[in-house]
Amino acid sequence: MSGRGVVVSTPTDREIVMTRSFDAPPRLVFAAFTRPDLLPRWYGAQGWHLVSCDLDLRVGGAYRLVSEGPGGERMAQSGVYRAVEPHTRLVLTEIFDEQSYPGETVITHEFAGRAGRTDLTSTVRYATPEGRDRVLRYPMARGVGESFDRLDKLLTEGFKSDELDS
Amino acid sequence: MATDLLDATFSALADPTRRAILARLAAGEATVTELAAPFRMSQPAISKHLKVLERAGLVSRGRDAQRRPCRLEARPLKAAVDWLEAYRDYWEESYQRLDALLAELREAEE
Repeated sequence: MSGRGVVVSTPTDREIVMTRSFDAPPRLVFAAFTRPDLLPRWYGAQGWHLVSCDLDLRVGGAYRLVSEGPGGERMAQSGVYRAVEPHTRLVLTEIFDEQSYPGETVITHEFAGRAGRTDLTSTVRYATPEGRDRVLRYPMARGVGESFDRLDKLLTEGFKSDELDS
Repeated sequence: MATDLLDATFSALADPTRRAILARLAAGEATVTELAAPFRMSQPAISKHLKVLERAGLVSRGRDAQRRPCRLEARPLKAAVDWLEAYRDYWEESYQRLDALLAELREAEE
């Protein structure tokens, strides 16, 4: 699906990988992901925005984000930073207050610089493959199924006869 | 579309044999015997996969009692693609705001 920025794939039954390129160096993109004054200016979509953003940016440090939706509904997510490598890599856990699937999700952001631009690779790893099934019920929340890339392939590249051998 | 049906669509697509069956049906109707032919798999095993596809609404069976040919139903696939698009849009919308913010940060530095 060219022409769209975000590219999504699912290398394993627990992971979702999203890639996106930004026209700014890694230190700015990293700042936008980690500074409490910047994060609320872009994070969230479909009418959702951050109303509260507390973070302690160091390994073992906690964060908590509260979002408000179009109808005034609130949603909170929190977690701990597992790796903080400025301008390069950020690993954090995530759990929603009212999460319907088990365990913490681990998110790894990798910021790769390339001629003044940043290629961001975000890997979202759910605690269990079953979590995926629950996440699918809330498509606008955060998640996608293991068949995602396969579906994508199936529909964008057409049906291939070699699948008959699998 | 109902989220349950969407779940069923994604689970049905998660299996390589079922995707292969859909691939075969994209070329036209086929009986269970015809579908089973290219696989190292028994007809009952293929029938099991067909049931999953039928439950997900991806395959329908003909009325002909003898043959009951299987047919690909494209509508749930369309719904799954729409969902996929919505997921992309979700992040893309957020990232476009980030684009604007980054442009602003860059200007501030210059």
